[in-house]
Amino acid sequence: MSQQAESMALSAEIQQRIQRQRMLDRAFRAVTMFFALLVLVILGAIIISLVEGSLPALKKFGWNFLTTERWNPVTEVFGARAPIYGTLMTSAIAMIVGIPVSFGIAIFLTELAPEWLKRPMGTAIELLAGIPSIIYGIWGLFVFAPFLQRNIQPLLIAVFEDVPVLNTFFAGPPYGIGILTAGLILGIMVLPFITSVTRDVFETVPALLKESAYGLGATTWEVVWQIVIPYTRVGLVGGIMLGLGRALGETMAVTFVIGNAHRISPSILAPGTTISASIANEFTEAVGDIYTSALVALGLLLFVITFTVLAMAKIMLIRMQRNAGTRT
Amino acid sequence: MTLYERRKMKNRIALAASGVAALIGLFWLVAILGTLLVNGVSALSLTLFTESTPAPGNAGGLINAIFGSAVMSLFGILIGTPVGILAGTYLAEYGKSNPLASVVRFINDILLSAPSIIIGLFVYELMVVPMGHFSAWAGTVALSLIVIPVVLRTTEDMLNLVPDSLREAAAGLGAPKWQVVSHVVYRAARSGIVTGILLSVARVSGETAPLLFTALNNQFWSTDMNAPMANLPVVIFQFALSPYEDWRNLAWAGALLITVTILVLNIAARLLTARPSARQ
Amino acid sequence: MERPSEAPRPATAFRGISIGSPRSTDPATLVEKIGIKNLEFFYGSHKTLKDISLSIYDRRVTAFIGPSGCGKSTLLRVLNRMYDLYPGQRAVGSVLLDGQDILSPKQDINLLRARIGMVFQRPTPFPMSIFDNVAFGLRLYERLAQADIEARVEEALRGAALWNEVKDKLGQSGLSLSGGQQQRLCIARAIAVRPSVLLLDEPASALDPISTAKIEELIDTLQSQYTIAIVTHNMQQAARVSDFTAFLLMGELVEFSRTEDIFTKPSDPRTEAYVTGRFG
Repeated sequence: MSQQAESMALSAEIQQRIQRQRMLDRAFRAVTMFFALLVLVILGAIIISLVEGSLPALKKFGWNFLTTERWNPVTEVFGARAPIYGTLMTSAIAMIVGIPVSFGIAIFLTELAPEWLKRPMGTAIELLAGIPSIIYGIWGLFVFAPFLQRNIQPLLIAVFEDVPVLNTFFAGPPYGIGILTAGLILGIMVLPFITSVTRDVFETVPALLKESAYGLGATTWEVVWQIVIPYTRVGLVGGIMLGLGRALGETMAVTFVIGNAHRISPSILAPGTTISASIANEFTEAVGDIYTSALVALGLLLFVITFTVLAMAKIMLIRMQRNAGTRT
Repeated sequence: MTLYERRKMKNRIALAASGVAALIGLFWLVAILGTLLVNGVSALSLTLFTESTPAPGNAGGLINAIFGSAVMSLFGILIGTPVGILAGTYLAEYGKSNPLASVVRFINDILLSAPSIIIGLFVYELMVVPMGHFSAWAGTVALSLIVIPVVLRTTEDMLNLVPDSLREAAAGLGAPKWQVVSHVVYRAARSGIVTGILLSVARVSGETAPLLFTALNNQFWSTDMNAPMANLPVVIFQFALSPYEDWRNLAWAGALLITVTILVLNIAARLLTARPSARQ
Repeated sequence: MERPSEAPRPATAFRGISIGSPRSTDPATLVEKIGIKNLEFFYGSHKTLKDISLSIYDRRVTAFIGPSGCGKSTLLRVLNRMYDLYPGQRAVGSVLLDGQDILSPKQDINLLRARIGMVFQRPTPFPMSIFDNVAFGLRLYERLAQADIEARVEEALRGAALWNEVKDKLGQSGLSLSGGQQQRLCIARAIAVRPSVLLLDEPASALDPISTAKIEELIDTLQSQYTIAIVTHNMQQAARVSDFTAFLLMGELVEFSRTEDIFTKPSDPRTEAYVTGRFG
């Protein structure tokens, strides 16, 4: 009888303890979930604050905001056309120089480099990604731009002088700073991002598949070009989009070397501006609600563009991972 | 030339080109670090660490900016890290296949690469406008928003690396889930999580754009978190674009300091995660 | 599982399976296609093949059998120098293909591999159409008119007993086929370039019994044109398809002989233990 009571008391105590643990478990789950949800809240808050901040400008200019080239703080007429052009143009240049070089590095790292070189070299390329953009900016302004101005730009101007179309693209004078310089710096900055994604997706190609192609007598290049690249296509596009997302939103490096001119010049040697550079340069000095609001509207625009590009990149990389799991 | 000779030639050219590409990639690293060393070392001096940023044309140091960067990064990490770790825990431990977790994961990856200037604008609207002035707190919040996605991502990755057998072993002893995670899983993933934190320190210590409209800058020594505060990246930005030789030299010195800090942090993070696998 | 066959079977039998082929294994009629002499193979400093010498005869099927890790796949991969792709792997000794040493540094590896086709454990269709899969090797070494390519693709697909199943969907992705069809596609791809030797590395290990039977039937047909070396862990398969069998154990060639002899009167007790199922 007493034994029974004892065991009942014990089980009551255990039950209490179990209850407590169950509550703590639930609390732990709830806390972690709360912080996970916070990420969504932050995103929502960013969108709301950007929309709210840009309302005055959007109300005043409507869709014309996107198409007007004029940007005049005195008369308070603001149009985003020049910064949009600059953003797209510099990113395009960055992709044109960045993609082939990144692919080359990734091919070198996966197919060619001897084992002892792979790791240190991969690390070095990734360290490039760690260097903050302001360092690229200061280097670009004091080293890269003067170098281009002295050596490369005069050459470009001279070479394309008599070539129709291209001569307007490369029309002088050589300022050093400008769209081309900003694009090239961006090209360097996106290298590590595209390279590391490219290398990772190259490594998902099954060894057997490559061996099958080698087994038919294909050369290394043929294996890369005809087997590896088609097999990893989706992932490669994802990596490129990731780099593009970076290039579109990159701020400080561009701000240093773009020249900050709110106009669209046919020559890529001429100064221009980008969305992010305009915000960085003018925001603290902007006076008046409309001016500030126009800059926030630029920010909203940048957010929409980069969000779209990055989301597409992400979706493609997820699809790639899924495929890698199902294919042999 | 036979077909095969042409193919071999093409192969050789393409592979040589990829080797050249690799050299180009390394060249930039060397070029940028080289310039930084040459210009930065010559501008280094003890006064960097004893004096505040000078007026135009005067000599001075960077101590107020170094202090500001350190304080804002520290508080940014202190705020961002717990959020990142707990949210990452949710994704790894509870969110293997639930739609909420997938959405959070997706959004977080986008925030990870989103332009940091957007964060600056956001915190400006969120804090600077209501408070009526720039402040170190606003800068801190902006930095913490950059820390969160980095820590979240590494935490989730590192927790996923912890084998399920370890969780099962702990649960098999009767430990409730929260204890399994906090006593066993965190411990197993500790070096990985620390890596994530180091990487996020590296990331925020060079961030400029989010501080431009939040902490702004301050020419003088200030410890008031409610007032604008100097910080290295913004000082570098303003001084580098100035016409004064002294200021430019200080900008180079600051750039060198930041870069060395970041490279050290990056390499430390790498060593930390490389070691366990090397031991195996 | 009975071997689907219309050919007359020899009288010898092994566990209910008829062994060997009606082909002559009389030494007088045999021509050596590949002569392996004193072959050793190293992964780094680890020796995985020890002093292997054997002959692979022209237009006969030679099987390599043995427990996993015995080196049978390694031996196969020496024959087209596939190991060359991986640093740290090397072969010592000599392997004569039609009297020429293929291990010599002067041997052009791509040309060698074009002469020796290989099919792997799992189907490896390239990420392209069925037609392009088969034409892949053709386009590498021969400048052919489109009509000729089409003719050769059809010939190869017929040779691999796949033509009737795919002739209406040559433009579809190779990945759209079933596993067994994919493997026959890989065989078609290998024979399209008219190699003199076919290496089959456990070609049926990932396939269902019906597909396996089809592949075995195919091997039987192909041997009239090709010298075939097949690695298999399935002894019945070796008994069914091969004329000669090499039994390897821990990197050593224990016994090499006519398949019939290996399975009915092995001379080494270890071979006997293996083929009677006492280990492995």
